[in-house]
Amino acid sequence: MPSLSHVIEVFFDTYDIFLKGMLLTLQVTAVSILIAIFIGLFFAFLKISGIKVLEWIANAYIYLVRGTPLIVQIFIFYFGMTNLNISAFWSVALGLAFHNGAYIAEIFRGTIQSIDKGQMEAGRSLGMSRVLTMRRIILPQAFRRALPPLGNQFIIGLKDSSLAAFIGMYELFNVATTKGANDFDNMTYLLIVAVYYLFLVYLISALVGLLEKKLSVSD
Amino acid sequence: MDGRDMINVKKLNKSFGDLHVLKDVDITVKESDVVCLIGASGSGKSTLLRCLNFLEIKDNGQIIIEGEEVNADTHNVNEVRQKIGMVFQHFNLFPHKNVIENIIEAPVHVKGISKAQAIKEARELLDKVGLADKEKVYPSKLSGGQKQRVAIARALAMKPDIMLFDEPTSALDPELVGEVLSTMKELAEEGMTMVVVTHEMGFAREVADWVVYMHGGRIVEVGHPDEIFDNPVEERTQEFLSKTF
Repeated sequence: MPSLSHVIEVFFDTYDIFLKGMLLTLQVTAVSILIAIFIGLFFAFLKISGIKVLEWIANAYIYLVRGTPLIVQIFIFYFGMTNLNISAFWSVALGLAFHNGAYIAEIFRGTIQSIDKGQMEAGRSLGMSRVLTMRRIILPQAFRRALPPLGNQFIIGLKDSSLAAFIGMYELFNVATTKGANDFDNMTYLLIVAVYYLFLVYLISALVGLLEKKLSVSD
Repeated sequence: MDGRDMINVKKLNKSFGDLHVLKDVDITVKESDVVCLIGASGSGKSTLLRCLNFLEIKDNGQIIIEGEEVNADTHNVNEVRQKIGMVFQHFNLFPHKNVIENIIEAPVHVKGISKAQAIKEARELLDKVGLADKEKVYPSKLSGGQKQRVAIARALAMKPDIMLFDEPTSALDPELVGEVLSTMKELAEEGMTMVVVTHEMGFAREVADWVVYMHGGRIVEVGHPDEIFDNPVEERTQEFLSKTF
């Protein structure tokens, strides 16, 4: 086990390369989660559409994602997409989005269905269309309820982005393992990278918490 | 009353699965009429009300609104609903919007009037229902009676020709019923056409032009309040009222 003073020393010696890795981790996580939210909303709507074939498509997608390891999905996206001249960054981002989208779809489906049906009736009785009522009345409430589980999913997405190391993307985890191997000092770098991940998870939790607080003015 | 016909219902039938909820219901509501639907739970009165603004879709029969027969599959019910305000038992205010936002939502986003104009009109309505000081308050901070008065103002903001009330006081604590009923009474005095499903017999007697007694999905008896409450003709009406009073 390396001494604490050694870990701290290495931490300050290597922060510039770790910050670059962290930036890449943040970028790939942010892009993938943003896309995953749209994928999730889309499949949530398919699931509640009441149209059998659309429900079936959504269920098949969710089954596929849940039933296969994320690393397999990332490799499929990576090898599939590099043939199409798509960069490693985008193939990982899309792979993660494809994966997280399934879980986010279930989160949105659950929270949309949890909104009292009187809300839709109230909107409709005022002459609002189904789509307008969904957009203006149901979704804002559903999104608020979805925030805690969404925050959770964002954290999982962030940590899962470490799998991008396996296709050679030089993000946080890859920085740690590469440096550790070069310096024959794996444990030090793994402890350091853990600190970076903890910081990022703290950041996401704080942001989601802030958003929750902002949206709770109506309580 | 001898105004024009606002609602004509002819031979209306509605089932939920095997349950035949409305059986050949006929009813006419004229302009400025206040019609109270009374009857036991499960008699079909709420379903009838909900059919009138197409929250429930009839199986067969005719629903004629202001002279025009309306079918949910061939008409734009969103347009028809703008003429028919609805007040629900459980208020159904939008919890993520404050009082004034609740009221201006449909005028701005359905009718497309300017926000400034909608706010001006909403303030007049809030004044009318006695809640002028609550415009920035969220529904969670209001009492049941206040919520229902906001719900009434929200429905009125669309300037409907007809107002439907589905047991508007049934979810309220007894001491809050009065404030909602007096708001409704004012509305009736201004000449609003109203159809009210209610268990408040005092209100029906005092405010209604017509009282309709329903039982088992049928209209059993229709009359002026005095006739229905003092001299009901039908045995089932007598029985219902003897249990109620």
